[in-house]
Amino acid sequence: MTIAVSIPRSRGVGFWTGAFAVVLVAFLAVTVVRFTRGLGATTNLSDQFPWGLWIGFDILCGVGLAAGAFTIMATVHLFNIRRFEPIVRPTLLTGFLGYLFVCVALMYDLGQPWRIWHAMVFWNPHSVMFEVAWCVMLYTTVLALEFSSIVLERLRLDRARRILRSVNTPLVILGVLLSTLHQSSLGTLYLIVPEKLHPLWYSPFLPVLFYLSAIGAGLGMIIVESHLSGRAFGRHLEMDLLEPLARAMVVVLGLFGILRMRLLAQNGALSTVFAPTYESRMFLVEFGLGVVLPIALLMWSRLRTSPAVLVTGATCAVLGFVMNRLNVSVTGLERASGTHYVPSWMEMTVSVGLVAIGFAAFALAARYLPIFPEPAQATAEHGEEPEAAAAVHG
Amino acid sequence: MMSGLLFDATRCIGCGACSAACKEQNALPLPIEEKTTAYTWTVVENRNGVNIRRLCMHCLTPTCASVCPVGAMRKTASGPVVYDADKCIGCRYCIMACPFDVPKYQWDRPVPIVGKCVMCFSRLAEGKPTACASVCPTGATTFGERSALISEARSRIAADPSRYVDHIYGLEEAGGTSVLMLAGVPFDQLGLRANLPREPLPLLTWRVLSKVPDIVLIGTAVLYGIHWITKRRDYVRHVEGAVEPPSPGRPRMGGKKSEGTPA
Repeated sequence: MTIAVSIPRSRGVGFWTGAFAVVLVAFLAVTVVRFTRGLGATTNLSDQFPWGLWIGFDILCGVGLAAGAFTIMATVHLFNIRRFEPIVRPTLLTGFLGYLFVCVALMYDLGQPWRIWHAMVFWNPHSVMFEVAWCVMLYTTVLALEFSSIVLERLRLDRARRILRSVNTPLVILGVLLSTLHQSSLGTLYLIVPEKLHPLWYSPFLPVLFYLSAIGAGLGMIIVESHLSGRAFGRHLEMDLLEPLARAMVVVLGLFGILRMRLLAQNGALSTVFAPTYESRMFLVEFGLGVVLPIALLMWSRLRTSPAVLVTGATCAVLGFVMNRLNVSVTGLERASGTHYVPSWMEMTVSVGLVAIGFAAFALAARYLPIFPEPAQATAEHGEEPEAAAAVHG
Repeated sequence: MMSGLLFDATRCIGCGACSAACKEQNALPLPIEEKTTAYTWTVVENRNGVNIRRLCMHCLTPTCASVCPVGAMRKTASGPVVYDADKCIGCRYCIMACPFDVPKYQWDRPVPIVGKCVMCFSRLAEGKPTACASVCPTGATTFGERSALISEARSRIAADPSRYVDHIYGLEEAGGTSVLMLAGVPFDQLGLRANLPREPLPLLTWRVLSKVPDIVLIGTAVLYGIHWITKRRDYVRHVEGAVEPPSPGRPRMGGKKSEGTPA
């Protein structure tokens, strides 16, 4: 295989492979406990607090942080802004792995995961969960089809690729629609608990807030992912592409921040923002980390054009997003439940293990599939035939 | 006709006969726990010296039935909100969403299901009252038609206003419930939520969900429109002799019209 030459090699394999092995062993052990002894033996969940880390982090954050995929697909294929094409494939990979992560995590969280197909047979269109289930299922299929184009290219199955290419536009549009629906619906899930969710997070506009923040975090995640894969594979940051993404992220986060403030003022919670309560402190960390700091860091082009500041700003946005989802799903519900929920080490092991498997899958895919664009001269140096190079890079 | 229960906290002596009868009727394992669980569907709690029953309120528009993705919870015409364990996938949204914190989960089992009071719907089908109402020695729990129970509750308050707070809990809470409660102290002191809206909670999500078809239709049209315009712009630029749209960082396939790289 001539293409093997142009595949990036990762560095520092020793430490990370060891850490990965340890996490994987713990993850497998917890998996056995989870499915033989049940949720009570594995988690700190209870009747007072039935949804915990696996919903708050694995599902809500997993889906939200994978929002970069539909955003970039729409940018390149619908808005036809072709210069972002080089980041389409890594973003698509992140998105696809993100949704696989969500689907696997759901298998751990559901009481009877082997009945997951019930959602396809026993319909309840009044249920937000029903809508989310269908959207996630369909969108994971869309992502699998979009991603399979890369695999087919690697396998040089050109006829199959042509068929996929012919349905590309409907697929992208379907992806944007499904994402819009379920990204917002994850917020709609919490509309039904106005008596339980703290006013710092409850709002009739939760679906809009979830949608906006997912787009912001998805953009931030693209920058973070570029940074991490750049380090792992010794590639340079594509500053000319990531800088405009950061600008877009600032706009989205600004919009989100203004709407958030407006809604807090509307339900009278704005005055409690600086109150000396647990909820207010968590809100301030969330809002400072996820909205104020990234905007402050990335608003001025002089700061934004520095790779270190760009990555820091994007990382803050991603962490603030994670805080927001955990605050909606955990912090904001604790007072009404009368309990304090801290995930068990086994819950954390499952989440960490799944993230680690996701990272490993990304590294493997980056090594064996044409994910990252190569500079034209690099392939020429290795003396590949022009036609073979074209088949790899499409 | 819709059946219901009227619980009068001022008549309850806390003997727990209702809990025992419930266990027997529904073949639930002993012991009777202090709080309701998946295995104990009703208990009498003592709050601030007042005996108050915990049981499913059997909402007129149940939140649990609305949120369940597989429709395992269902409001029956005769009153009970029943649960179909064979459908349940264990997402626990009902437990999270119930405004009265009623559904409970079998956390200790590898194949768990939800447990909650089902208002003895099989006894109701035979024309009998619920087990708890039939054994109550003081008449604290009475079974009957909901509208008749409301009249009864109103006349009890009117006959002895000093004995009761002037509030029938369940008349309007979360759109109304089939189980109604009377007490001598405000209900928030008895562990029942006082901040529930008067409208059924499922309306809150349905207002958003009902817009899904519109979002799909309008969204499809807008997105196809944008795609058409941007493609057309490219085409015009191409025909008018401008260069092909740039595709940075990626060598183009020779000869073929560059469509860019699809996913």
